[in-house]
Amino acid sequence: MGNRSVVPFGPQHPVLPEPIHLDLVLEDEKVLAAIPSIGFIHRGLESLTNKKDFNEMVYVAERICGICSFMHGMSYCMALEDIMNIEVPRRADYLRTIWGEMSRLHSHLLWLGLLADGFGFEALFMHSWRLREKILDMFEVSTGGRVIFSVNTIGGVLKDMPADMLNDFVRQLDEMEKEIRETTAIFLDDYTVKSRLVDVGIITGEDAIRRGAVGPMMRASGINVDMRKNGYGAYNDIDFEVITSNKCDSYARCEVRIGEIFQSIDIIRQCVAKIPDTEINTKVTGMPNGESIIRVEQPRGEAFYHVRANGTKFLDRFRVRTPTFANIPALTQTLQGCQYGDVPLLVLTIDPCISCTER
Amino acid sequence: MGQFLPFTKQALKNLFSKPATTQYPFVERVYPERTRGHVDIKNDDCILCGMCMRSCPPGAIKVDRAGKSWSINRFDCIQCGYCVEKCPKKCLSITAGYQEPGPEKFSYKVEVPYEPPKPAAKPANIAAATKEG
Ligand code: SF4
Ligand code: SF4
Repeated sequence: MGNRSVVPFGPQHPVLPEPIHLDLVLEDEKVLAAIPSIGFIHRGLESLTNKKDFNEMVYVAERICGICSFMHGMSYCMALEDIMNIEVPRRADYLRTIWGEMSRLHSHLLWLGLLADGFGFEALFMHSWRLREKILDMFEVSTGGRVIFSVNTIGGVLKDMPADMLNDFVRQLDEMEKEIRETTAIFLDDYTVKSRLVDVGIITGEDAIRRGAVGPMMRASGINVDMRKNGYGAYNDIDFEVITSNKCDSYARCEVRIGEIFQSIDIIRQCVAKIPDTEINTKVTGMPNGESIIRVEQPRGEAFYHVRANGTKFLDRFRVRTPTFANIPALTQTLQGCQYGDVPLLVLTIDPCISCTER
Repeated sequence: MGQFLPFTKQALKNLFSKPATTQYPFVERVYPERTRGHVDIKNDDCILCGMCMRSCPPGAIKVDRAGKSWSINRFDCIQCGYCVEKCPKKCLSITAGYQEPGPEKFSYKVEVPYEPPKPAAKPANIAAATKEG
């Protein structure tokens, strides 16, 4: 038996801009167990519902995460629409789907960059982020914001995208697709990249289910689960296959996310081709009274919303379970038995967003 | 080159292509039309109703009916646009141009020329209206 030691990882660590703490139990260089602790940046989201009314909470919900901000705003609005029995105009559904897929695109490109940075491939990191920047520009043109979009409202969306804007986006995405293919090919084919990813951090499908993993983490272990298939937004009109991989390792998680980049581009194309010409929001009156549960597929996996309203303008409960929170148990599994040097990379492969986790 | 050194092609392309970044400050950053930079008011149209103050999530706006002024702390404003949506007179708008950073927060104050209807005539009118109604 080698030397046992416990090494603290984080909450400040060069590879992560956000604080998560792991106690790594090591035997020489091998990780035997990882004990996570979170709670460094709890922001008291739920208690804010006592101070901000349900309309203002849309803007608070958006700020749960800087990457999935659109989806958080959307899910919150969907929950309130469900409680208040509001039918959202179809065009708003399509616009939400388009913005949602654009979020996925930029989130996955961001992740690819961080992954490249994690294994020290700076040039690749820059290229992934160069591509991501174009998506942010599209967001700025269509919503006025690059990170926080403020286009969701209870009952629909606040801004429309006219046909020429949509067609211009599709044209830009067509051009970008070629470049993305070139850049992502490096992740999939490069010998050095592969040597860091293949057979590292294996989690089998069974384990992934047992540990309640979500999103790409689950799909990379061969489990076909994608909340978009539940058909919220415009997804029931869209033709797409859930992308899975049976390799169960870090490479598979990279492969699944790269697949989803191209899938998102395709979904946006389909949406633009099919988008109906209706209103973009409905007028909402009255106070919400009731309870709702919403599940949406964010770039990092399934987010779960529980909202309970009591007929006043302040909500009773507002709970969000974000994908990173669900993926932490799976992360500890992948860390068991790995090399100490692979820990930062494995933490990255779940695409962690700690601010989301702690809300 | 295929499997072997797949990054070489991109690295060579990089070498001979223009920088991907904007050459700021030599080239000016052009903002799209919808950019949410800061909140502006057309003070001639404002009726000092206070809707914007009550709806603003971080409480950045102060409406002073007695002092006839509208003020905004741009450092607190999160550019959400909720005030713009709520204003009954549509006198608020969000336009490009961000608040410059500074050593401390301060408010911008705008005088509002609005004259409220004569209070003396009001009670009689309301009374008449309720009787008729
Ligand atoms: S800006 Fe608009 S909402 Fe605010 S006080 Fe004036 S009229 Fe009312
Ligand atoms: S944009 Fe939002 S934060 Fe800024 S003043 Fe208006 S309501 Fe307040």
